[in-house]
Amino acid sequence: MEIFAHLMDGFLLAFEPLNLGLVIAGVILGMFIGAMPGLGSVNGVAILLPMTYLVPPTSAVIFLGAIYYGAMYGGAISSIMLGIPGASTAVATTFDGRPMALKGEADRALVAAATASFVGGSISVVLFTLFAPPLAHVALAFSAPEEFALMLLAFATFVGLGGDDIPKTFFSIFIGLVFSAVGLDIISGEPRLIFMDLPGFFHGINFLVLAIGIYGIGEMLWTIETTKGNMKISQANITVRRIWEALVSLKSGIKTMVMGSFLGYFVGILPAAGATPGALMAYGVAKGMSKDPDSFGKGNVNGVLAPESANNAASTGSMLPMLTLGIPGSPTTAILLGGMVIWGLDPGPMLFVEHKEFVWGLIASLYAANFFAVLINLAFIPAFLWVLRMPFTILAPVIFVLCIIGGYAPTQDMHDVWLMLIFGIVGYLMRKLDYPMAPAVLAIVLGPLAETSMRQSLLMSSGSFDIFFFRPISGVIMVIAIILLILPMLHSFNRMMRHRASRWPL
Amino acid sequence: MLSIFTKFAKGLAVASVAAMVPFAASAEWTPKKPIDFIIMAGKGGGADKMARLMQSVIQKNNMSPMPLTPINKSGGTGAEALIHLKQKTGDDHTIMVTLNSFYTTPMRQSGLGVDVMTFTPIGRMAEDTFLLWVKSDSGINNVDEFVAAVKAKKDGEWLMGGTGSGSEDNILTDYLNATYGLKIKYIPYKGGGDVAKALAGGHIQSTVNNPSEQDGFFKAGTTKPLAAFTDERLAMYPDAPTFKELGKDFSYFMQRSVVGAPGMSAEAAAYYQKLFADVYKTTEWQEYKAKKSLQGEFLTGDGLKSYWAKAIKTHEGLLK
Repeated sequence: MEIFAHLMDGFLLAFEPLNLGLVIAGVILGMFIGAMPGLGSVNGVAILLPMTYLVPPTSAVIFLGAIYYGAMYGGAISSIMLGIPGASTAVATTFDGRPMALKGEADRALVAAATASFVGGSISVVLFTLFAPPLAHVALAFSAPEEFALMLLAFATFVGLGGDDIPKTFFSIFIGLVFSAVGLDIISGEPRLIFMDLPGFFHGINFLVLAIGIYGIGEMLWTIETTKGNMKISQANITVRRIWEALVSLKSGIKTMVMGSFLGYFVGILPAAGATPGALMAYGVAKGMSKDPDSFGKGNVNGVLAPESANNAASTGSMLPMLTLGIPGSPTTAILLGGMVIWGLDPGPMLFVEHKEFVWGLIASLYAANFFAVLINLAFIPAFLWVLRMPFTILAPVIFVLCIIGGYAPTQDMHDVWLMLIFGIVGYLMRKLDYPMAPAVLAIVLGPLAETSMRQSLLMSSGSFDIFFFRPISGVIMVIAIILLILPMLHSFNRMMRHRASRWPL
Repeated sequence: MLSIFTKFAKGLAVASVAAMVPFAASAEWTPKKPIDFIIMAGKGGGADKMARLMQSVIQKNNMSPMPLTPINKSGGTGAEALIHLKQKTGDDHTIMVTLNSFYTTPMRQSGLGVDVMTFTPIGRMAEDTFLLWVKSDSGINNVDEFVAAVKAKKDGEWLMGGTGSGSEDNILTDYLNATYGLKIKYIPYKGGGDVAKALAGGHIQSTVNNPSEQDGFFKAGTTKPLAAFTDERLAMYPDAPTFKELGKDFSYFMQRSVVGAPGMSAEAAAYYQKLFADVYKTTEWQEYKAKKSLQGEFLTGDGLKSYWAKAIKTHEGLLK
């Protein structure tokens, strides 16, 4: 098998002392960068890129790859511990990770996140090793109509599979879509919805601003109100035995993790999608697969397993179009791509032929990074739990400051900080009125992707919607999406009729 | 194991020493704090890659006592970045990497109130080139066959992909339509990489990408250039004639320049002009230029300003 020969060469390269050291250093650095709200793998890789000229290109990309992986693990930590998404990719982890921590199961949530990340990373890297070139062709077959169909499917998983109040879910989605429309219209180039002509709206509303506002500030206000500041969370004593028990108890979640890994990987492969939509979609599907969908959002461990396995799998997946086509599958790989140009490598169809050593060294180092990331992560869990033992009166101001840093860091614009605070207050009010907030976050992430691909498709077809249905891949996805959208409505209509029938028997 | 730590420690030490010791010996102006390096485009695009290359060249060769902090401001086809720079009038620590939206965005959005001629000229690092690309298996070998193939399709069925709307790619598509009497439909994408992929996947029929965006697929034999929008044939694609050879008096380039905030002090402007003139001379930059088929000599000061004035006139003509 030619692939295995290449992979062995890659392993020899990845286990050179310099490279192995870089993998470990990268994982640790990445974990802390990922755990800092607002600083995700994008920022980590961008900040550390200029450091890499000290080492040869293969070592450099191994280092950055390890940071990328480490950040995927780290993002879950602040989502669970503080309720602030540490990185955009970990937003979905907040939905159930935070409630678990509040129930005193923070250790279980952290172990679940680390394990799921490991499973996601492992499955995806094996898929990567075996099927990289054929999957590149799948990515090529995906054009605007297919992308739109996929986005519609993502929305459908959220509307259709939930047991939530459907009108309120729709309301939440539409609010998110309106926010996602702010900024520049990609097709006409005109500015849209620039409120009060504030220049800060030109770059659109960064969805992290919304997510941190709602989940950081809004949740904090909510907690303060409900507990009057007397909050006690997670008094659990952390022992090796408890971690082991937590690990064993994850057996029931294997199906969720495998689903998340495959889904995340395939979404990651598609250019422009990246790990965040992958994680959100996996969350939606996990909720749909569950026998007890109502427990999601209230601390179901599957709600942590699905997005965490998916975001790690997607981060591997998004390297595929980067390496084979020269197109970044996520913002982070866009920076990595820039790095490869600086090191004198030409990402694109020829990379696998011209720089075999580099490609296989990178793949092998992904195996290594994944292995070390899970070990380091599990080892650090007691330290993270210590944070939760702090009194809430100390923790709340720390969270507040971290939220502000998180709002400022991505765009370095005070405008976004003010916006985040407003979202926090609105999020708190919506929470009081029992509106689900996750669909709004989903909408602001997927809205721009869906809009762009829909309008590109309609330009291609001169305005005809046939284009979505008469192409084999997009046709199939569209049909599934529509069924998922309609089923729950029929279901609740049915329930209403039966309800009525039982009250007024004919 | 040890070697990587010493290597990293050395790197860190060099970086921190460089950051702590301002060049006390020289009386010339030097930056007092980290320099904001605004990028007028999103992360991962051509302008971004180039900005990060310049940043790493400066850092690697210890050319500046203070680091450059890259900040992407891509909103509104560069409108956000232009407004930011205008608000920084008189600031000595804000510079920007720019391209042709530097001219076109203020023209399209006159409400911005930005006059780019007031910006401080620092250096034109290169000019990027454009070519007309089709798929290799399209059976099209030259511009005449291209025109025939487009005309054989129904109006609006020939799709040209490009980066953004109102961009360089859009201008070139309009040019082809006007000059050859065609009805090509232009589909905007987010970046040159997406455009190249759409062509390779057969979802669009042609592009006017830069070599840096399309070259990978050219080498892989998936796409081929038909003609170049340059004055002379490009060394990398000797078989593609220029539009000038084909009897059209037309060429089009994209500037890759660095500008400073309006009203920057003369001393600071002189410092940055020298800094980027030095960057231009480095082997790293020259290699990059050759590899990506970039053209154009270094321009600065009044030379760069008159280049802008000329380009603005050209674009006013093209956008009519």
